[in-house]
Amino acid sequence: MSMIATENRRLLLRLAVAAVVMFGFGFLLVPFYEKICEVAGVNNLLRPDRVANSQVDASRTITVQFDANTHDLPWRFRPLQAAVKVHPGELVTIAYEVSNIRDEPITGQAVPSYGPQRAGKFFRKLDCFCFTQQTLQAGEKRTMPVAFVVDAELPAEITTITLSYTFFEIAGRRVVGAPGGGAAS
Amino acid sequence: MAAVTPDQLHDHHHGPTGLMRWITTTNHKDIGTMYLIFAFVMFLSGGVLALTIRAELFQPGLQIVQPEFFNQLTTMHGLVMIFGAIMPAFVGFANWQIPLMIGASDMAFARMNNWSFWLLPPAAILLIGSFFVPGGATAAGWTMYAPLSVQMGIGQDMAIFAVHIMGVSSIMGAINIVVTVLNMRAPGMKLMKMPLFCWAWLITAYLLIAVMPVLAGAVTMVLTDRHFGTSFFNAAGGGDPVMYQHIFWFFGHPEVYIMILPAFGIISHIIPTFARKPLFGYASMVYALAAIAILSFSVWAHHMFTTGMPAVGQLFFMYATMLIAVPTGVKVFNWTATMWRGSMSFEPPMLWAVGFILVFTIGGFTGLIVAVAPIDIQVQDTYYVVAHFHYVLVAGSLFALFGGAYYWLPKWTGHMPDERLGKIHFWCSMVFFNIAFFPMHFLGLAGMPRRIPDYALQFADFNMLATIGAFGFGLSQLIFIVVAVKCVRGGAKASARAWEGADGLEWTVPSPAPYHTFEEAPVVR
Repeated sequence: MSMIATENRRLLLRLAVAAVVMFGFGFLLVPFYEKICEVAGVNNLLRPDRVANSQVDASRTITVQFDANTHDLPWRFRPLQAAVKVHPGELVTIAYEVSNIRDEPITGQAVPSYGPQRAGKFFRKLDCFCFTQQTLQAGEKRTMPVAFVVDAELPAEITTITLSYTFFEIAGRRVVGAPGGGAAS
Repeated sequence: MAAVTPDQLHDHHHGPTGLMRWITTTNHKDIGTMYLIFAFVMFLSGGVLALTIRAELFQPGLQIVQPEFFNQLTTMHGLVMIFGAIMPAFVGFANWQIPLMIGASDMAFARMNNWSFWLLPPAAILLIGSFFVPGGATAAGWTMYAPLSVQMGIGQDMAIFAVHIMGVSSIMGAINIVVTVLNMRAPGMKLMKMPLFCWAWLITAYLLIAVMPVLAGAVTMVLTDRHFGTSFFNAAGGGDPVMYQHIFWFFGHPEVYIMILPAFGIISHIIPTFARKPLFGYASMVYALAAIAILSFSVWAHHMFTTGMPAVGQLFFMYATMLIAVPTGVKVFNWTATMWRGSMSFEPPMLWAVGFILVFTIGGFTGLIVAVAPIDIQVQDTYYVVAHFHYVLVAGSLFALFGGAYYWLPKWTGHMPDERLGKIHFWCSMVFFNIAFFPMHFLGLAGMPRRIPDYALQFADFNMLATIGAFGFGLSQLIFIVVAVKCVRGGAKASARAWEGADGLEWTVPSPAPYHTFEEAPVVR
């Protein structure tokens, strides 16, 4: 009987270790997922794009509009130009301006989105302030460039692209009351 | 085999009496009973939530509940039914039956067994209690997708802790079952001679140990995102809400097999008993169970076809999912072959089992349909999906649970369950179940989204029908209370074998099973 008891305890220990390992595995899925996304080239929102073809198609003109939002962040954030007209394949640099109106340093991260959504994958950003986190000292004002190329493959029916950034505050943020924390933006 | 020694016939236990008996018990039969009662109470609670949902959907427009509360209802209905009703019910069956079936005197770790049960009531109180905190219960869906779950109120934290506790409970229960099945079998009972219910639970227990911790990890990440400034799922901090879905469904898909494999086990006992033939293809049944379990780890993203996966990914998960139909088909064919030219009789357990095969197969087929990525993209988050998973979870797991309950009630109580009431229970459930859920296929195909309290006027008739069916189905379950209570109180005495065609070690002990069984291990030839 005690033979069985020892045997049981050994198996119990092994299975318990397996359970703990699987708990860790859940967290291991995080870097694993990021690696897969990187290799598969999906979800690379925050990395510079590559431009394969730099042929400028002067026969088409695309209007690119710029939009700026902040999410629970005491920053003033605006594009320095409302819109520009570009030819597909042409390298264009525009700028946004952001200022921290609080009396403490804050770190933020901008996340881009596109309208219409399917224009996103034809909008190649070579340089963008959204590739890194931005830390602004109290009262600091900063002008930040975006260099982009609209891919010549852009479907013909798209004539206007809206590039919209939302700045989110990150790490060390003051915890805003959890219920309905995402209220105003 | 298995002689009953005289002292086993002394049907009494030692130690505390009254309430303390139940709190301190380490007896697998007591704990099994508590699991089953707990699960049934949770089943009724989840049912009340479901009927409130259906009452709201009886007519278009908002009549009974506000949209926010409606979302809480759908979320909690899912959580309560899955973690509170179906899973504990199967653990209850495991506690009662596995030691009896393999000739062990109790579970391997009797004290841990007690703990794994008594973790459940606090978790249930936490979960149900979250309705009464500011902001109400979580309304993020039972899947608790980020970013919604990151934004909910305190009810979400309570749900997360409840899931943690229930997860610990199921892992402990699963470890206990694996150890019992592997180490405590009667001499001579080789693995491939083991009753299929034990096989099904052995495999299920491994699944539980593998994936419950992953769910615990996922909800822990939600918790730290909510309160400790991490950003696993927060795009602003470099996280990704879609990653939550991957981690969740890595747990979630094996989870659906956790809820159905023990049902397969139960059905594999009932069908041979009432067809009076040995189970057709025992070995293939075991391999099919194992194949389903292994494949279940490679199909999770079929829940996420609309998240913008690369086409290669969609194809992989689509084909892997369809592959699962093969072992499942093996099981259905084996059950049918067992019945083929059998000397069948249709007592309540058999009715439930045959009903299970029919309706579960319908659910399996709609599963194949939604496995096809282009179709899934059409019906994602519609009532078609709701119909599909209720066909496999209600008509699958729940029907098997009722079948199993009618089948083993004589062994548990010593009395035969009321056959007439059992049949009424079955037929009412079967008819009303289909009235409730079959129209949902049409609603889903026509585009009615799930988890929405209101709907377009053209969906009104089918919704009215579904609500009538749901109330009929819900009320039919009250019949089971009558049957169970009558059966405990008295009724026709059950013999040790109870059913003419029943086979297995559990039928060699008297009915009701004495408090202590197999103190001396029986020898299996």
